[in-house]
Amino acid sequence: MNETTLEVPYEIPVDAHNPVEPFLRMDRMPHIWCPGCGIGTTVNCFTRALLDSKADLDKVAIVSGIGCTGRVAGYASLDSFHTTHGRAIPFATGLKLANPELQVVVYSGDGDLFAIGGNHFIHAARRNMDLKVICVNNLTYAMTGGQTAPTTPSHVISATSPYGVFEPAFNLVALAEAAGASYVARWTTYHVKQLARSMEEVLKKKGFCFIEVLSPCPTLYQRRNKMGDGLDTMKFYKQASKVRHGAPTSECALTKSGEIVVGKFVDRDRPGYFELLNAQMTETLGERYAEPEVVCGNC
Amino acid sequence: MRQLLTEIRIAGFGGQGVILAAAVIGKAAALFEGGYATMTQSFGPEARGGSSSAQVILSSEPILYPYVAHPDVLVVMSQEAATRFAPELKPGGILITERELVRVDNYPPGVRVYGVPATRLAEELGRKVVLNIVMTGFFGAITGLLEAESLRRAVADSVPPAMQKLNLQAFEKGYEYGSNLMLQMGANGNGNGDPVLALESA
Amino acid sequence: MHADPKGVLTGVHFLDGDHACCEGTLAAGARFSAGYPITPSTEVVERFASRIPTVGGIFIQMEDELAASIAIQGAVWGGAKAFTVTSGPGFSLMMEHLGYAAMTETPCVFVNVQRGGPSTGLPTLPAQADMMQARWGSHGDYGIIALCPNSPQECFDLTVTAFNLAEEFRVPVMMMLDECVGHMTEKVVIPEAERIQVTPRRYTKRQPADFRLYEPLADQVPDMVRAGEGYRFHVTGLTHDDRGYPSMNVETQDRHVRRLQDKLKPLANGRALSETENLEDAEVVVVSYGITSRVAQRALQLARQQGIRAGKFRLISAWPFPEARIAELAGRVKAFVVPELNLGQMVHEVARAAAGKAKVMPVTHAGGGVHPPETILNAIVEAVR
Repeated sequence: MNETTLEVPYEIPVDAHNPVEPFLRMDRMPHIWCPGCGIGTTVNCFTRALLDSKADLDKVAIVSGIGCTGRVAGYASLDSFHTTHGRAIPFATGLKLANPELQVVVYSGDGDLFAIGGNHFIHAARRNMDLKVICVNNLTYAMTGGQTAPTTPSHVISATSPYGVFEPAFNLVALAEAAGASYVARWTTYHVKQLARSMEEVLKKKGFCFIEVLSPCPTLYQRRNKMGDGLDTMKFYKQASKVRHGAPTSECALTKSGEIVVGKFVDRDRPGYFELLNAQMTETLGERYAEPEVVCGNC
Repeated sequence: MRQLLTEIRIAGFGGQGVILAAAVIGKAAALFEGGYATMTQSFGPEARGGSSSAQVILSSEPILYPYVAHPDVLVVMSQEAATRFAPELKPGGILITERELVRVDNYPPGVRVYGVPATRLAEELGRKVVLNIVMTGFFGAITGLLEAESLRRAVADSVPPAMQKLNLQAFEKGYEYGSNLMLQMGANGNGNGDPVLALESA
Repeated sequence: MHADPKGVLTGVHFLDGDHACCEGTLAAGARFSAGYPITPSTEVVERFASRIPTVGGIFIQMEDELAASIAIQGAVWGGAKAFTVTSGPGFSLMMEHLGYAAMTETPCVFVNVQRGGPSTGLPTLPAQADMMQARWGSHGDYGIIALCPNSPQECFDLTVTAFNLAEEFRVPVMMMLDECVGHMTEKVVIPEAERIQVTPRRYTKRQPADFRLYEPLADQVPDMVRAGEGYRFHVTGLTHDDRGYPSMNVETQDRHVRRLQDKLKPLANGRALSETENLEDAEVVVVSYGITSRVAQRALQLARQQGIRAGKFRLISAWPFPEARIAELAGRVKAFVVPELNLGQMVHEVARAAAGKAKVMPVTHAGGGVHPPETILNAIVEAVR
C-alpha cells in the first residue's frame, strides 16, 4: 500500500504519533474498528482532504448514522453528530438549512444510508441539498454481526443469508445519479490518493455529492466468505478494480468477485436548494421575500 | 344567569363557500361586536365536493361546548343539506334557504322558512361564487342577530383585497333582498316587519 | 427577552387552533419547521409555509415524519428554534426522535393534533388517546413536557410557552392539541412583540477549552452551543458522559438517565400549569384537559345548579403530571371524575396520585366526538352519591 506523505502547515503536537492527530479526538482512542477494517483508511483520506481543501475546520460539521461507519463522527475533531439509524441525511439537511455557512458532511455506512435511510438519500439528492455524502460500503451490516445489506452481492453468505444471498443488490452509484446527485464517484480503500482527491473535490463542490468507498470487513464479510483478511482484500481490490472515469453508472454494479469499476462517474452542475428557493420566492413574492435568517441573532 | 346563545349551522356543497360564510358571521360577532363566537366545521373526504357544513355559536358569554346538535338557525345551500339538517332544527327556529336550489317540507313545528335566490343574485353580479356572501347578507337581514356594519367589516376582512368590492356588493344584494322580504311579510300581516328577534336558549 | 416583532402578527384575529399554533411558533422565534402532511394537523405547517418566506426562515416538507422530526434537531444544533407538526400515525413514527431529543437534550417542539386511533383510525375526528404515548412513547426512561390547550387562544399562548420551556429545560415539548381544538375557530388576541416573553437559548459563555457539552449546571440542565462556533463538540444518542462522549457503563447510564427525568422536577408541581375553580368546598373534582375540559365545564355548571359541590382541575401541563396537587386534594375530596377522549389514560395518573384516598372515576370515550355534558354530569352525580 502506498505511503501517504502529508505536508503539514498546522502544528503537530510533539508527542503526536501520527500527523492526522489534530483532526481526531485523540482522547477517544483507541477506536472500535477491527484490524483490517477499511473505515480508518477512509478517515485518513478524509483528514487529507480537509487539509488539502484548506477548509475552516470550525465550519465543517460531520453527521453520522448508526453502525461501524456511524462512529466516524465521534472520532473527528469537528462539530460532530452521531444521530439515529438511517437519519443522518435528514439531520444534516436541517443543520445545513439552519446554518448554510456550515460545510456539512454525512459519513455513514451502506446499511444506514441505503436500507433504513434509503428514502432520505434519494430525496436529498432530488433536492440537490448541499451535503457531501461519504458511504463506506462494506457490503454488510457489520456492527450487528454481518447480516445481509441491500448492497450485499448475490451468492454471498451472511448471518441472515446462511445459504447465500439471492436478492439483487443496489448499484449505489446508479441510484445516486438517477436521484439527481451532482457528483458521484466510487473508490476502494486501496485507492487512498484518488479517494482523498475525490473528497477534496466534493468539499469544494456545491450540491449533493456522493462518494462510495468499497471497504473490507474482514471479521464478518471476507472471513465468512473465505475471501481472506484485510491484506487479501487489498490485493483483490488492486486486481479487480478498473478506473473508468465517466463510465455509465448503470454498468458499474458490483458482484461478489467480479470487476470493480472505480472513478468519477458524474460531475454536473444543477441548481442547489437555496438557489431554487430564492429564485422561486423572489419570482412569486418580489420584495416581500425575506431570505432565510434561521439562526436567531440574539438568542 | 341567563345567557344569550345562538347556534347556527350553515350547510351546502363543498365549493359553495360554506365555511367562509360561517367565518364571516363568527368574525362579525367576535371581532366587531365584542361577543364570543366559536366556529367548527366538518372536515374530511365528505367535505370535498360533497356536502360541507359549518357551525357557529354566538354568545355574550364564553362558549364551552363547541358543537351544535339542534341549531336555532339553519342556512342551507343544497337540497342534500336541507334534507339532512332541516329535521334537526330547534322547534321555532329559522330556516334560511337558497330558494331555487332547495325545497324543504320536513322540519320541526314552528320553524319559519325564508328563501332567497342567492345564485341568481350572485349571477347578476357576474360571479356565481359570491352566492355564499349573498346568503350571508340575507342571513343578516332576516335574523337581525348582528349589525349589518359588523357583517360588512367581517366580509371585507375575510376576502382578498381584489375581491372586496364584489363581495360587499354581494352582501348588499342579499341584505336588501332580506330587508324587503321582511317588510313585505310585515305588510302581509305575517309579522311586524321587524327582523326576527335574537333567539335565546339556555 | 421579548419576541422578535418580525414574526408577531399583533392584532385581534379569528383563527382556528392550528393556525393560532403556527402564529405561536413564529412569535416564539421559530424560524425553521420541517413537516409531513397529515390530517388534522397540516394547517399548522401550511400557514407556516405561507408566512415564513416574508418573515425569513425555512419550511421544508420532508419525505416522512422520521425525517421531519430529526431535521428539526439538525436545525436546532445549527442555531434555530424549530418544530414539527403531526398527528396519530405520524406521531408514532416520530417517537424515535422524541427519544433522540430527550437523550441529546435538544430543545424543540412537537405539535400533535390528536385524532382517533389506533393506526389510521379517524383522520378527521378528535381523540385524546396519545397522552400516554406522549409520556412513554419512545423507548427508555426520560422526562418530557406536554401542554394541552383548550382554545385557539391557548394554542397561541401555550405554543410560546412550549418553546420557552423547551429552552429552559432543554427537552422536547409536546403541544397536545386535539382535532376539535385544532379545527375550532375563535377570537385570538396576539399582543405586541414587547409583551411576549421569549426564553433565549442557554448558550454557554465559556470558551471551548473550558466547556463540556453535557456538564449540568445547578438546575441540572447543561448549557448549549451551536455548530460552527469552534467548540468542536460531539452529540450522540448513545449514553454519554459530560463531554458528550459515548460512555456505556452502569454509572454513566444511571447518572445521565436520572438527570433526564429529575431536571423536570421543578415543573411537576410548583410550576405546573393548571386552571382550578371551586376547589375550596369541593366534594368532587373533575380533572380534565383539552377540549374535554370545556365540555366538563358545562357539566360542572349543571352540577352546581343541582347543589353539588363540584370543583374543576384542568391540566394545562399534563406532563410532568402535577402529582402532589392531586395527592393533596385526594385527602379532602370524596372523588375525582376524569373524563377524557380515550378509554382511560390520565385517569391512571390521577388514581396513582390519589393513592386510594379518594374514589377515581373514569368517564371514557373512544374518540370521534366529545362527551355529551350530561354523561359527565351523571358521573359527578354518581361520584357524590
